[in-house]
Amino acid sequence: MKTKIQKALTSRGAISIYSSVFSILIGLVFGYLLLLIVNPERSAYGIQQVLLTGVLSPEKFAKVLYQAAPLIFTGLSVAFAFKTGLFNIGATGQYTIGAFLAIYTGAVLKMPWWAALLAAMLGGALWGFFPGICKALFNVNEVITSIMFNWIGLFFANLLMANIPQILANYYGASNGDRTANLEAANPSAMIPKLGLDELFNSSYMNISIMIAITVAAIIFIILNRTTFGYELKACGFNRNASIYAGINAKRNIVLSMVISGSLAGIGGGIYYLSGTAQYTIVKSLLPMGFNGIPAALLAVSHPLGVIFSALFISYIQVGGEAMQPEYAKEVIDIIISVIIYLSAFSLILQGVIRRLLKRRDEKAAAAAAAAVTDPVVEEVVRDPVADNISADSIASDAPSADALQIGNTEEVTKP
Amino acid sequence: MSDYVVEMLHITKEFPGIRANDDITLQLKKGEVHALLGENGAGKSTLMSVLFGLYQAEKGVIRINGKDVNINNPNDANAYRIGMVHQHFKLVEVFTVLDNIILGVEPNTAGVIRRKEAREKVLALSKRYGLKVEPDAKIEDISVGMQQRVEILKMLYRDNEILIFDEPTAVLTPQEIRELIQIMRDLTSEGKSILFITHKLNEIMEVADRCTVLRKGRCIGTVEVADTTTEELSRMMVGRDVQLVVEKSERKPGADILKVEGLTVASKRHKNNAVKNVSFTVRSGEIVCVAGIEGNGQSELVYALTGIEKISGGRVFLKGQEITRSNIRSRSKAGISHIPEDRHKYGLILDYSLAENLVLQRYWEPEFQNKGFIRRDKVIAYANHLIQRYDVRSGQGAVTSARSMSGGNQQKAIIAREIDKNPELLVAIQPTRGLDVGAIEYIHKQLIAQRDAGKAVLLISLELDEVMNISDRILVMYEGEFVGEFDPRQTTVEEIGLYMAGAKRREILTKPQSEIKGGEEQ
Repeated sequence: MKTKIQKALTSRGAISIYSSVFSILIGLVFGYLLLLIVNPERSAYGIQQVLLTGVLSPEKFAKVLYQAAPLIFTGLSVAFAFKTGLFNIGATGQYTIGAFLAIYTGAVLKMPWWAALLAAMLGGALWGFFPGICKALFNVNEVITSIMFNWIGLFFANLLMANIPQILANYYGASNGDRTANLEAANPSAMIPKLGLDELFNSSYMNISIMIAITVAAIIFIILNRTTFGYELKACGFNRNASIYAGINAKRNIVLSMVISGSLAGIGGGIYYLSGTAQYTIVKSLLPMGFNGIPAALLAVSHPLGVIFSALFISYIQVGGEAMQPEYAKEVIDIIISVIIYLSAFSLILQGVIRRLLKRRDEKAAAAAAAAVTDPVVEEVVRDPVADNISADSIASDAPSADALQIGNTEEVTKP
Repeated sequence: MSDYVVEMLHITKEFPGIRANDDITLQLKKGEVHALLGENGAGKSTLMSVLFGLYQAEKGVIRINGKDVNINNPNDANAYRIGMVHQHFKLVEVFTVLDNIILGVEPNTAGVIRRKEAREKVLALSKRYGLKVEPDAKIEDISVGMQQRVEILKMLYRDNEILIFDEPTAVLTPQEIRELIQIMRDLTSEGKSILFITHKLNEIMEVADRCTVLRKGRCIGTVEVADTTTEELSRMMVGRDVQLVVEKSERKPGADILKVEGLTVASKRHKNNAVKNVSFTVRSGEIVCVAGIEGNGQSELVYALTGIEKISGGRVFLKGQEITRSNIRSRSKAGISHIPEDRHKYGLILDYSLAENLVLQRYWEPEFQNKGFIRRDKVIAYANHLIQRYDVRSGQGAVTSARSMSGGNQQKAIIAREIDKNPELLVAIQPTRGLDVGAIEYIHKQLIAQRDAGKAVLLISLELDEVMNISDRILVMYEGEFVGEFDPRQTTVEEIGLYMAGAKRREILTKPQSEIKGGEEQ
């Protein structure tokens, strides 16, 4: 009865996309209202900057891609952990360690870019390993350990950098000693290759990092969806007890999952600071790139390929936000981004709403078409008692079991 | 004045896409026990939630003593003297019996509880209805039967006239069930009216005056229990004829498949061992049943046999091979299949498709993977094969999300997966829990088919009817030990009940009694 296109438009994946797009739109409307409040005369200009800067010039577009690459990695890091039932809030620490090792390998050891990236990956993996092993062996909540390791990672990296003169910019003749060396001066071979893309986009920001990021996202997608390894990891994420019952080594998988998640964030740190245009500044606050991976993952509903788009989107409005200055403070754009991200959590509720609307429409059509045929509703009661409770699903927390939903009625009786 | 204390007339309650109650009428007479019978998902809980004020019906009226009422929340329900005993008790474990009973309606003077007054009232009620409780004992220290009496006293303390019992017998021994039935009779003779939710037909026959049957959200009818039979009730509930007792041939036990020597398993809940020095054998071609009240070490026994929990003492052999220290996967490979007690917690990954769940124990076999990549086509083909062979029904076939399947079909999927592995030993805990009689019939037939194919079956069940019906030997477990072994043809439910409650015990031998006797004769 339904055509293929209609089916595709009402599929689970399509509904996730609608809800993410709706969340973004609501966020933008809210952002515009904020602009109106802060500076009403320039609000039209402001929202135009946010929406269009990224596509109006190739340089700006290059910057969108440049910032999106590390964000894809941290987003993948968080999404991968989510898929396996873990909340890796430590992406920023893993990112920092990755950044440090990449810069050290490149600037001090004078190794080529791919070796530096490998070092970054290993550093991130190590920083993911600790929370993973604590969770597996002692059942320590990974959120707590990874937050701890964020700070340990930050100050450890800062301490080492402050004490390795060859890593700092002033060693290579620059005036400031609070940031790492310009790779152009220290070791040009450690810079991510540009393959002429910089000339094409007329921007020194442009290199192949976005391609690496997209490739890795595809690899992660394949691992999760096509391999027995991914099958095991996801099984542990969805239902740890059932995977133990099936003979899967859940403890090993927790550690591996955190190691892979950490290494993704580590590569993110490496890829950003090996661009040649970024220099690590020794400050006492955690790098936002790691945290931004969380909204990137949430907005993509933890789908590895979705992360590519959500990271591009976040990067896009960040670049647009920078262009709003000086009319608006940078903080305002941060608020708008936060609102959009905040609303991305609503995308799950929206999913339920959209699904219900579609279902109601289907039912009306079915009722009109088959008024004479035996009642389909009863069939529905038996077949699909929980399909309508999707809004209760969530990514980060354990999805409620069908059992809980079915007996929900009885359970609730006691509340008062 | 109406004949009925509660009337729920033409109640329709819809959830998005589901009509949970469709024009249901239920009328409760004063002083009767009215059973509400139906399969899982038939709408019993929804109907009771409407009566309790948790849901508002779209259509229909509720009348209490002949007057139309609006019940918008449970406080309203309480004001109309409606009380409920839940299947899972709602008691504060660390409070005393007395404190639990008065919780929420404490008689007090400026915030100071008048316990003496409360105690007198509770004791008076306890005496009047024969509900023996110890007011100062803590809930965690008393038996399940007494906890249930506390729940009943809670309702009586609040002067409730309409009492709802939600599957009250699920956790009780046969003796306790008998007591409960007597209590229900006493309550009705004092003028209370009881709504009794259950799917156990023989209890309805024994205690109920009338019975309303629900199926798929609709009211099938209300019958006088005296004029009906269990067969008719089950036909009304399921919609077709059901074999309540499965036929099976004589057993022909063969070689020892599972041999357990002095098995001890530490408890995670308390310092005592959950399973204490247990020895037994299961032979090919027999169904050995472990009977016992929930929480007497049955779960831990199974976890230890299947490798989910560590064994702290003793040895386990499968076909002569020691597997005491083997991990779950290698035990599974060696020939143990396991139908777990909680299909949502252990048996299925609800977010995976049916096909992915059907290969959960086998996805690593070369048939289903190639260099670590899952062979989707093979997985789907295998799933379709199992779906057809074991009649697993689902909305979209192999790709249906396991979550959206009905409980009976989820269980069928697990059984298909575990049996198709062609195990030597099939361990099943409570395989029919929460299922309707149609699905129970199917599962019993599958277990017996395994036995007849020469497999060893270890069944752990809390349902004595099931134990008596399909087992070849019965082992009774009490506080982590086997306290008796029985031949189902030579024992009664009552006798087993006494052993289950710990009232009696006898020495249990590792070999079946018949063989020991044979040995003595020589």
